[in-house]
Amino acid sequence: MEFRLSEDQTELAAGIRAMVAGRLPLERIRRQEGDQVAIGAADWAALGETGVFALTLPQPDGVGLGMADAVVVFEELGRALIPGPLVGTFLAGAAGLVKGAATGVTQVGVHSGGSGPILIEHLASLAGLLILPGYDRRSTARLLVPAPPAEDATRMVSPLCPLTPMWHVASLAAGEPVADVGVRLVRDGSLLTAALQLGHAAEALELAVAYAKERRQFGQPIGSFQAVKHICADMLVRAEVARSAVHAAACLADEPDVVQREAETAGCPPEDLVARAVMGAKLMADEAAIANTRAAIQVHGGMGFTWEVPLHLHLKRARVLATTFGTPAQLAAALGALP
Amino acid sequence: MDLRYSASEQVFRGGLRDWLRATLPTLSQPPAADDWPARRSFDAQWQRLLFDAGYAGVDWPIEGGGRGASPIEQLIFKEECERAGAPYVGVNFVGLLHAGPTIIAEGSPEQKERYLAPILRGDEVWCQGFSEPDAGSDLASLRTRALRDGDHYVVTGSKIWTSHAEVADHCELLVRTGEDGHRGITWLIMAMDSPGIEIRPLRTIAGSTEFAELFLEEVRIPVANRVGTEGDGWRVTMVTLSFERGTAFVGDLLESMRLLGSVQQLARRLGLLDDLGLARRIGHLVAALDALWALTKRNVSEAAQTGIPGIGGSVFKLAYSEHAQALGDLALEVLDRAALCGDPLTGPDGLLLGNDAQLHAWFKSISLTIAAGTSQVQRNIVAERILGLPKVR
Repeated sequence: MEFRLSEDQTELAAGIRAMVAGRLPLERIRRQEGDQVAIGAADWAALGETGVFALTLPQPDGVGLGMADAVVVFEELGRALIPGPLVGTFLAGAAGLVKGAATGVTQVGVHSGGSGPILIEHLASLAGLLILPGYDRRSTARLLVPAPPAEDATRMVSPLCPLTPMWHVASLAAGEPVADVGVRLVRDGSLLTAALQLGHAAEALELAVAYAKERRQFGQPIGSFQAVKHICADMLVRAEVARSAVHAAACLADEPDVVQREAETAGCPPEDLVARAVMGAKLMADEAAIANTRAAIQVHGGMGFTWEVPLHLHLKRARVLATTFGTPAQLAAALGALP
Repeated sequence: MDLRYSASEQVFRGGLRDWLRATLPTLSQPPAADDWPARRSFDAQWQRLLFDAGYAGVDWPIEGGGRGASPIEQLIFKEECERAGAPYVGVNFVGLLHAGPTIIAEGSPEQKERYLAPILRGDEVWCQGFSEPDAGSDLASLRTRALRDGDHYVVTGSKIWTSHAEVADHCELLVRTGEDGHRGITWLIMAMDSPGIEIRPLRTIAGSTEFAELFLEEVRIPVANRVGTEGDGWRVTMVTLSFERGTAFVGDLLESMRLLGSVQQLARRLGLLDDLGLARRIGHLVAALDALWALTKRNVSEAAQTGIPGIGGSVFKLAYSEHAQALGDLALEVLDRAALCGDPLTGPDGLLLGNDAQLHAWFKSISLTIAAGTSQVQRNIVAERILGLPKVR
């Protein structure tokens, strides 16, 4: 067993971080705030050229990696606040469902359950829309190509996240069932969403610690006060515990032999073992993202409440992601009811 | 990242599993919780069985007489022992997990020859004399004084939280031989039958007398019993603090996971899972404890590569201790009034409600945020050593 980042994975993360910092720095991303297109076609294609949507496709078309690598990449994308339908495009690309998804030519959205009004993110940019069952896996996965036309939907004028444009759709067409890969889509979509959440949790921690070292009050850095230290320590604990859960669940997605063995030890069906790991990982990551971004705002004091400091973008994105693939409340209830 | 165990790790697991299956039924019944002499002989019997099978000091280096297992094998050892319901390390805790490894790392050849084998065989029990009534979190302020008198130290002072003192043969003792602070501390081996030692049992909120206070009045300890040089005791102590390489709480965590499973089953049979609030609390703990099991594997994998359990110890302990407390509270709430006594009671359909184990888990959870570094001290450690925040108070 070697359950830690391999050298390749460390390099992969560093490579994505460098690419994003060069091509899609925060200043550039923030120019799209409030726009109905959160990320332009050229920037999306740049992500595609890096292989972000083809990580798990076999070579030569794809990068030939596993979900354990994909979550490392998606954590970096979350950290950098990269907008757009990252998860849906990855899923459509990996399963070969929509042409051009894997290469970053098209964008594919996800609607993953949730009761109440049907709100679709990034609708104006979508070539297709995956409709996935939520955490309960009771319905089948479906695919709409083309995506519902944005002209027939109502664009929300005040979306919570300024980099996640939303449309209200009265109803969704049935679409084509994609039953044979449906469970995998829910599993991988949950994992990638959890990985994005890890990125928000980790970036919030980094920003809070940097600020606590630099900001001085009462003649000393505020990070020297135990009250502030303890907030930061708790942020690290949340991020690391959640990261362990996400990485373990991603390994299970890649390693059916481990699933088989652990299911035997636990005396449960293999698919239940994976579902439990994935839902647990999403729950821990959702909570870490929301709690850490809130805590980072607190450490920043009044500045944390300003539009200028990007913490609110992390918090708002975390809230958006927490409503996909099961909310924390739904996931906790589902885990509590497991046999 | 890879959760797959290697072929040799699987062989190790299989051999251990077979041995446990054959050996555990031969053990006598565990004695009453507060019968310390009986507990000592029970724990010694188990240790002797481990020794004869080559599993004693599985995590000790080979040159110290141990098995020299890798951190991954240590994890497997603790996991299999817990799952099979094997006895805990019990009164051999200090000898196997701290005093022994310290002597291996810092002891003289004579000390190694004299003390190591009896620990591995379960023949001799150790206790720890570190904390004092006025030196808890601030251990380096300890005041138990050792004055040199020829080839002896003469030691006077008091110690607290000394586990198993009543049945111990030796005590790993920190004393002050010089200036205030870290630099004036020395590590000594004190024979527990030395004249001048008074042991006063300390009763915990769980009602048990696992701990004791030690009062030392001019106890004479040979200079030959000093481990390391005079004034070097702080460093000697710290050398072995990370000895467990990420596996310190494996048994506790797996025990918590088992308790959670039984609480969930009980809640289901009592029809309590219809309460979404309760179901969510259970589900949350399922996710959290699974995550901590993953973190354990990560810390151990880190230790296997680098010798140090990475972000490990403090992060794990902070999270685990709080979830264990939430679990303890949850177990009591599910039991409702049946939790008001440790006696087994019967509920609807002959369902067994309430037992000592759940109350004990609850009491133990309360100690987790205090023992071995309070959560407040742990947060300071995380903030300063891992996050690099400034060390001013």
